[in-house]
Amino acid sequence: MLNIGILNQGIVIDHIKVGGAMKIYTYLNLEYLDCTVAIIKNARSNKMGRKDIIKIEGTLDGINLDILGALDHKITINIIKDGEIITKHNPKLPDHVENVLQCKNPRCITSVESSVPHSFKLTDRENGIYRCVYCEQGVDIM
Amino acid sequence: MRHVISPTDLTLSELDELLNLSEDIIKNPKKYSEACHRKKLATLFYEPSTRTRLSFESAMLNLGGSVLGFSSADSSSAVKGESIADTIRVISSYADICAIRHPKEGAPYVASQHSSIPIINAGDGGHNHPTQTFTDLLTIKNLKGRFENLTVGFCGDLKFGRTVHSLIGALSRYAGVKFVLISPDELKIPSYIKEEVIKARNIPYKEVRSLEESIPELDILYMTRVQRERFFNEEDYIRLKDTYILNSKKMDLAKEDMLVLHPLPRVNEISVEVDNDPRAKYFKQAEFGVYVRMALIMLLLRESEGRSIC
Repeated sequence: MLNIGILNQGIVIDHIKVGGAMKIYTYLNLEYLDCTVAIIKNARSNKMGRKDIIKIEGTLDGINLDILGALDHKITINIIKDGEIITKHNPKLPDHVENVLQCKNPRCITSVESSVPHSFKLTDRENGIYRCVYCEQGVDIM
Repeated sequence: MRHVISPTDLTLSELDELLNLSEDIIKNPKKYSEACHRKKLATLFYEPSTRTRLSFESAMLNLGGSVLGFSSADSSSAVKGESIADTIRVISSYADICAIRHPKEGAPYVASQHSSIPIINAGDGGHNHPTQTFTDLLTIKNLKGRFENLTVGFCGDLKFGRTVHSLIGALSRYAGVKFVLISPDELKIPSYIKEEVIKARNIPYKEVRSLEESIPELDILYMTRVQRERFFNEEDYIRLKDTYILNSKKMDLAKEDMLVLHPLPRVNEISVEVDNDPRAKYFKQAEFGVYVRMALIMLLLRESEGRSIC
């Protein structure tokens, strides 16, 4: 078992679907942080069999972590202070996301105009369906 | 600023106002011949179109206004790589209102986000075509006298046919409507239209392959063309293009007061022998398109001047 040091202050993004850690790492621009970031892939999990985990030392000011719900709705976000988990929650699916999901419709305006943001609205919370605001192509995140 | 990007951008009362104004224009066109005097309509057509563009231009000229624009992307700055956002910012200072057609879905919505004049979506790929929907609604209202309790058959390309998607959305707002969806398996209605529009509103519908079997129950038959430009694969287009051909023999099976509508252009899907049948209303429908566009231009310009649509 690989051992990663205990976090005194920071964020643990847990229960990431296997293979999904890099997508979250990229979305949160973690490569530009000065603090320590650990990506754990294929960790054993009682609940999921295998999972990915991201541990970030420090805080992510100004970032709405609920947005991550649109990337992976099963993740758990743990906020750590003084070595203890002070909050633990599953992100709620945001009503609107921008440049989180990509529209795959080749007929969509976003496929030719790079300055147009990939903007999606949640149209079915129960089934986790987002639709592109331009072409209405659906993305099922469940 | 008020724009019309989707048919449902108008509330039911605004739609009533639009259709009532259109019918008043039909009765008394001279009354409106100077309604848009000194106003300019920009027609930005990034995709070839005959009917829609000329219909918009005719509408503005009938209102005493003038028209400027382009009729293909080749004759615009799009070939130089200009974005829609930049184009519309510039056009906003040249015209009072703009109709935009674009092969990419959502392009008119992008334009509306950067425009200081009203934008009308004149068709975006296989997505929306609101003024065709308003035309269809005016035709039904004028010739049937109602929207309620109609059995409407849609036949042909129900997958890429934006006019079908838009009209289904618009008719779904009326009580007692039933849909018969006639298409080959490859061109069935997208599941999101079924789930989020038809089923969500508990509208009775059925999906069938045979036009002959379903035509007797229809009050309206809405034929569509299988559109070559929507296929990435030419072989699929050739295989599917002549799946349905409406002819006199099939018309013999229909009700005496059934309306045949078609957004045009027609290729082979309606035999020319049907043109003389009094139930064939697709050319009348194209004529109504001018009146409804006149009404829409008037209402949007009125709104942009601070007066409400209703």
